[in-house]
Amino acid sequence: MNFWLLLTINSITFGGLLFLLSSGFSLIFGLMRIPNLTHGSMFMVGAYLGSTFLSGALGFTSDFWVAAILSAIEVAVLGALMERLLLRRLTGQPLAQVLVTLGVSLMVADLCLMGWGGDPISVETPAGLGGFVRAGPAVFPLYRMAIIVIAVVFAIALWLLLERTRLGAMIRAGVDDPQMARVVGIRVSQLFTIVFGLGAGLAGFAGMIGAPILSIYPGLDQDMLPLALVVVILGGTGSLLGSFVGSILIGFIYNFGQALLPELAYFVLFLPMVIVLVVRPQGLFGGQVL
Amino acid sequence: MTPRRAAIVAGIIVLIALPFAIGEDYYINIASQILLYAIFALGIDVLIGYAGLVSLGHAGLFGIAAYIIANVLAAGYGHTVAIVAALIGTLIATAGFAAVALRSAGITFIMITLALGEIIWGLAYRWISVTNGDNGISVTTRPMPFGLSLASPRGFYDATLIIFLLAMVAVAIFVHSPLGVALAGTRDQPRRMNALGYHVWMIRFLAFLFSGFLSAVSGILFVYYNEFISPQALALPASAAGVLMVIAGGAGTLLGPVVGSALVVIVQNVVSAYITRWNLMLGAIFVAIVIFMPEGLVPGVRRLVQATRRAAARRWPRAMASRLRSKP
Repeated sequence: MNFWLLLTINSITFGGLLFLLSSGFSLIFGLMRIPNLTHGSMFMVGAYLGSTFLSGALGFTSDFWVAAILSAIEVAVLGALMERLLLRRLTGQPLAQVLVTLGVSLMVADLCLMGWGGDPISVETPAGLGGFVRAGPAVFPLYRMAIIVIAVVFAIALWLLLERTRLGAMIRAGVDDPQMARVVGIRVSQLFTIVFGLGAGLAGFAGMIGAPILSIYPGLDQDMLPLALVVVILGGTGSLLGSFVGSILIGFIYNFGQALLPELAYFVLFLPMVIVLVVRPQGLFGGQVL
Repeated sequence: MTPRRAAIVAGIIVLIALPFAIGEDYYINIASQILLYAIFALGIDVLIGYAGLVSLGHAGLFGIAAYIIANVLAAGYGHTVAIVAALIGTLIATAGFAAVALRSAGITFIMITLALGEIIWGLAYRWISVTNGDNGISVTTRPMPFGLSLASPRGFYDATLIIFLLAMVAVAIFVHSPLGVALAGTRDQPRRMNALGYHVWMIRFLAFLFSGFLSAVSGILFVYYNEFISPQALALPASAAGVLMVIAGGAGTLLGPVVGSALVVIVQNVVSAYITRWNLMLGAIFVAIVIFMPEGLVPGVRRLVQATRRAAARRWPRAMASRLRSKP
């Protein structure tokens, strides 16, 4: 009984992390029409930077949440810089842009290996969240519950951002019809930078808050990127709802797969993707932003 | 004999004579690597250059062939069985791969092939009972076709060269065949081709199969060359290196992938002699080539040559004029 419950909680937790990762990926894709292949790297860099902040090596913080926010901001800035300095030069050449993000992801992976070494780094659960909550016979690990709460809060915040703010309206216009958006005076290229930074920041934040569960190791980027891809293929590109549902789905499939068929866990991911591609190539919620 | 044919013959003679000229085993091995990766790059070029489809999962197909060889040999069968099994197995896997990936085109195609390639990598990494996980599988013997030994670097180079030339001929025939021309049509005008009655999906599917076949050939050579296969050989950087070879050399050309393979393999070997940061270099070259020389080396150099010719013609108009006049 407890095994299944724990597995379910783990699945939802992992789904929540995936949502933080893939919502940014999906937004970037929706707006710029390119898959950002550095997204896994941003997740990993966020985790590495966060662990450095956490260790107090830079001398001003050792609080988990401050470290997570700082690393998210830093990764957001890096993402925005990459968009400005590299992708901007290749406007209108989506293929070249994708290949540049691929090249950068290879460089980032190697630079992280250089900077933080090859040994896995484990990050302690933030203070006060290390315990469990008991509800009758069931036991709920606190930190995992916290991640679920964070993911839900972010989902609502993103939804409000897209639905209720001026910026959100501009992003939606850009996703719907970039040329028309330009015509009515929206600076779409500026939106690119903002959305790229936002997506990168979300990925970096996810990396740090995922670190106590996943730990940080070289190759984390390569583990996470395909998951984000599968989520987005499943949920439909550019759709917030799609990435939410896709994330939870993949969270379940991945965790149950790992528990029940450990050797084939990665392969099991492939099945929903194939089914969706065959039945509904645009993804479950493709073609709508929210 | 046209200059083009003369150049081809000269190129083949150089490739045959190469081991005599360089002598040292280390460099002969590098030449073998260049040729075997050139076959891999040719396979990717069939898709990128002629079908307009960029695959970031081809190292997965390459790896499937290599793992089949390793497993069939470990089960006690001979090399012939292993090679046939690897070719057929990879073709079947390619068909599945293509059937999924060809639900889309363009950018989504890249995402799907990347995800598929990573899934195969994940299998290689975690399906320990078949792949031995991160430790990989060793292959202790090389085949002996017609009683010739491939154990020495020279012998292996010669065999790789023959297979490479066959692959070049096969790709040349393919791209000039009606199917190849129709493929280029689906790259440029898929809707129009469809309206003209061509089965766009089937044409792409066949091209994908051909491409997967070349990856399999290259994967087989790879596992025999290294006498070892591990998940690293099919990770994303390996697929990326293949795409880089094609783009660096020039997509849609026959020579481009070969030049690209030479570039990547030489840089990899030179760099790893000094620093261990190969992926950093690979990424940097990738970014540099995409930004500064998006057309690739072969078309780039060709354009440069034509531009200098034209400039020369402009500089010496009288000489050109007399040459024109002397023609009947």
